[in-house]
Amino acid sequence: MKKLIVSTAALALTASFAMAADTVRLGTEGAYAPWNFVNDAGEIDGFERELGDELCKRAELTCEWVKNEWDTIIPNLVSGNYDAIIAGMSITAERDEVIDFTQPYTPPDPSAYAAMSADVDPAAGVVAAQATTIQAAFVAEQGWTLVEFATPEETVAAVKNGEADAVLADKSFLDTMVGADGLVMLERMEAIGGGVGMGIRESDGDLRAKFDAAIQSMKDDGTLNTMIAKWEVSSQW
Amino acid sequence: MFSYCTDPSTLEGFSWLSCYLTTGKHMAFYQSFGIVLVLLAITAPVALMFGFAGATAARSRIWPISLLGKSYTAIVRGVPDIAFFMFFVIALDQGFEYLRHKVKCSDWSEPVRQGNDFVVCAQAKLPLSTSPQWVHETYGFALAVLTFAIVFGAFAANVLFGAMKAVPRAQLETAEAYGMSSRQTFWRIMVPQMWVYALPGLSNLWMILIKATPLLFLLGVEDIVYWARELGATKTARFSDYPHGNWNAYYFGGLLVFYLMLTSISERVYKRLSLRLSHGQATAAGEAQRKAAT
Repeated sequence: MKKLIVSTAALALTASFAMAADTVRLGTEGAYAPWNFVNDAGEIDGFERELGDELCKRAELTCEWVKNEWDTIIPNLVSGNYDAIIAGMSITAERDEVIDFTQPYTPPDPSAYAAMSADVDPAAGVVAAQATTIQAAFVAEQGWTLVEFATPEETVAAVKNGEADAVLADKSFLDTMVGADGLVMLERMEAIGGGVGMGIRESDGDLRAKFDAAIQSMKDDGTLNTMIAKWEVSSQW
Repeated sequence: MFSYCTDPSTLEGFSWLSCYLTTGKHMAFYQSFGIVLVLLAITAPVALMFGFAGATAARSRIWPISLLGKSYTAIVRGVPDIAFFMFFVIALDQGFEYLRHKVKCSDWSEPVRQGNDFVVCAQAKLPLSTSPQWVHETYGFALAVLTFAIVFGAFAANVLFGAMKAVPRAQLETAEAYGMSSRQTFWRIMVPQMWVYALPGLSNLWMILIKATPLLFLLGVEDIVYWARELGATKTARFSDYPHGNWNAYYFGGLLVFYLMLTSISERVYKRLSLRLSHGQATAAGEAQRKAAT
């Protein structure tokens, strides 16, 4: 009986080798609505869920979704725990040194500030941003006082409880947060970032080409713009 | 879950709460309590085994084995837990994959390290990228158990090493006088008697292990702290049928109660165990029991 179980398991293993090449694991954060978040059913949902599923369909890949902390999302990609990052990650020169990016699937959009009153001056106060984001790098570069947090939720909470005077983040994310508890959007915006793309290992040129082609085909037939409009994540192409 | 949950925005009070607390996300939260308990139940005996092996090795008369035991306890105890959990697990995982890669894909010509990337052939991936998600989760969990066991095993080794030394020399001498071999003396005299000396140290370790379980999320296992943070985060009506503000205080309050209950139960078990182990021992507690009985 034991032998039977072992040989069945071995058979199942060899069977899965055959299709090993076509399964792609997609890593995301799951805490950044409307880009990616965990819905009431406990599943990953949002713009990037819908986009990723469509891209995989067009590239004829089987995709699996994996959740990973934002902090360690790049180290876990290069060590091979998943094959692509699709987590609202802006294309920057620093990140491009470590990983490769597909072509952007949303255009470069300015980042916005949210604060408890409209007359806050970010340069004079404390600004909250999520750690290792383009926004955190921007605030540090300006020489302003920066407080960093591991999750987007905590950056907003810091403004609400007075720890920070303003939070700098993608405008689409702040759109979902302003209006509650007296949080308002500032008029000032910052033009940073070079569009959002998927992160792929530098050694994985084939996969990058496949996703590049799939993104291009979605840009060409306008389905990408429809999806962007549906989730209100950015401006359109 | 319930039939009236189709449109939560019309519900109020208890019925709203009953729907809210039975969403798929909450079910995952409840399951994660089980994960933490299973982790504790598996890790504790495995760590004790590591500790026992470490302590016996450190006591060995053969020099390389004793050096191995002593350096294991010294090095692992000296490295901060969080550094160990961040670095060691990735190294362990890559080590396994590298070995499998060498065995399964010996004809692979490209290097494994390509710049920042760690690349092994698809068949060497652990688990295979085609495996269902639960295999990945179980693998992550097993890595977590192993890491916890190695870390806490080192502390346990030190405790047991001390406990073995605390067994009165007279007991061992008597055994030798009866003609027992050193192996017999070890298993029949020393090991049964050492537990009472080891127990206070081990119970401390158990408490620390309970408190260390939130480190699970560093290892990619979605534990109670992850789900509490996720569920407590602000939910807007656009993305959830159950919009609410920041409820972290309630969820983390719940975790506080859970952990306090766990430690208080442990405390009670420890008292009973210590009473039982003192029975008939040549210690003050054993002597007190003997006097009370007569």
